[in-house]
Amino acid sequence: MIVEEMMQKSVHTLLPTNTVGEATRLMREHDIRHIPIVNAQNEVVGIITEHDVKHAFLDEMNEQGKAAIKNTPLNNIMIKNPIVGHPLDLVEEAALTFYESKISCLPIVSGGKLVGLVTTTDLLYTYIELTGAHKPSSKIDIRVSDKAGVLHDISKIFRQHKVNVLSVLIYPDTESDENRIVSVRLQIINPLAIIQDLREQGFNVLWPNVPGIQV
Amino acid sequence: MKNALFVYSPDQLGYKFSDTHPFNHKRLILTMDLLKSIGALKDEDIIPARIATDEEIALAHDEKYIDIVKKAGHGELTAKQGESFGIGTEDTPIFPNMHEASALLVGGTLQAVDAVLQGKARHALNLGGGLHHGFYGRASGFCIYNDSSVAIRYIQKKYGLRVLYVDTDAHHGDGVQWSFYDDPNVCTLSIHETGRYLFPGTGNVTERGNGQGYGTSFNFPLDAFTEDESFLMIYEQAMRAVFEHFKPDVVLTQNGADAHYFDPLTHLYGTMNIYKEIPKLAHKLAHEYCDGKWIAVGGGGYDIWRVVPRAWSMIWTEMNDLLCPTGPLPKSWLEHWQLESPTPLIPTWEDPVPLYEPIPRKAEIEEKNAQMLQKALHILNK
Repeated sequence: MIVEEMMQKSVHTLLPTNTVGEATRLMREHDIRHIPIVNAQNEVVGIITEHDVKHAFLDEMNEQGKAAIKNTPLNNIMIKNPIVGHPLDLVEEAALTFYESKISCLPIVSGGKLVGLVTTTDLLYTYIELTGAHKPSSKIDIRVSDKAGVLHDISKIFRQHKVNVLSVLIYPDTESDENRIVSVRLQIINPLAIIQDLREQGFNVLWPNVPGIQV
Repeated sequence: MKNALFVYSPDQLGYKFSDTHPFNHKRLILTMDLLKSIGALKDEDIIPARIATDEEIALAHDEKYIDIVKKAGHGELTAKQGESFGIGTEDTPIFPNMHEASALLVGGTLQAVDAVLQGKARHALNLGGGLHHGFYGRASGFCIYNDSSVAIRYIQKKYGLRVLYVDTDAHHGDGVQWSFYDDPNVCTLSIHETGRYLFPGTGNVTERGNGQGYGTSFNFPLDAFTEDESFLMIYEQAMRAVFEHFKPDVVLTQNGADAHYFDPLTHLYGTMNIYKEIPKLAHKLAHEYCDGKWIAVGGGGYDIWRVVPRAWSMIWTEMNDLLCPTGPLPKSWLEHWQLESPTPLIPTWEDPVPLYEPIPRKAEIEEKNAQMLQKALHILNK
């Protein structure tokens, strides 16, 4: 999936001449934590986060200083030339940028202009969509050896049962490097016949995990 | 006024996918026979089901879908055409006259609704209903038409009442929940095994309704291996809190009996204790909040020999203010049905003790469930 498919396209922005007070109001009104700062040509010149605003206030000890902060132009406290992304970036690349740079928001820029925004919340939502149950389904976890052709053998059984596969995830096995865990979501309420066939063909079906007992 | 009416027609057994399919309405005969053997059910308590009209079914289903179901049951549908409607799958195979059979289950629940809301009885039971996975335009999880969704719309249209739907099936009551997700006048409450593995996968505490209906959808997903005590603790607190919050005019309970240790499809490890307590509290709260107006339907339950007849009988005895049956089951019932049952029947109303090996990490599972309950109800404590 590319960033363009999951980014927010209507983004709340401010100018460098807007004040910290205006930024806090905008954040509160729309329940957002990040505001890209753009110039008149809609080019990204900075970013302001809830974190930056809080720090600006915390640095001022007395009430007078706090009042002054509200009227400070964003230009004075914003992060200038922030890291940006492109609509054609892979979602995985955006995730890696968040993780490595320890940031939580990426203005998306194309043709020099701001075209979207991706935050950690958007990324989590995409993750939920990938792993969650968006259509009625049962989940089966299978421990398989890490070699070619295994997925084919498994999916042959699904095909025999004419069951629709909604998602497939392959995880590393925390217990052994030689195995992997295949986690599938099947559009079926009664997976017993499928589980039985998998077991008969020598697959280690982990579902469901008996707590405290090694399967 | 009668305490309760029991909806039944022999044709309800026509909802049958195949001889080996886990969903088997022979459960209805087994339960009725058990109730008759203990003298709790008499012929004058029984009212027949009726076939719901297309117009009634269309209260909660797409007319195009109804048409597909009709065609499937009359041999006029190819496998390919049924696919996108969930018809002709391993879960929901095509069977002769499937529309008529499904419409009869819906009509049975409508009969139960009318019996209660026209004042013929305080309570009514249609064990043939409770097909809570049926979607607007798609069959799912053994369910073709969603009788509860249709019945709730019917109640709204004909009687204009606020309905609380309570679902204690081990699977999440997704079809009914999504039907009324935006509706502030219908509240859905589902207690089920977590969807982490189990079908349908939904029913998270965060599913609370949408728009005007936000805060009228409640979900209590239990961990696998929950057992009686924790199940009942969650059930009791959830029920009291939601009744008090929503103050329904009428309550419709779905009584899937598939949370039992013996059930082949689920992993909650309940025993007969939960089936004794579930109708008891529903009955009590129906009197406290709804002037007694309580309609109950069946649902899942895939150990049809050892679990369902005993569990469902207890709904009927509770509705009639009879003492919950205890001790041995009638000898005649045991002898008659043992001949057909592939497993030895349980000879008493209670389950043998212990029923299974102790569960490791019991305390942690209970703690996790209790934390889930707090999360699910915190919206009411604000």
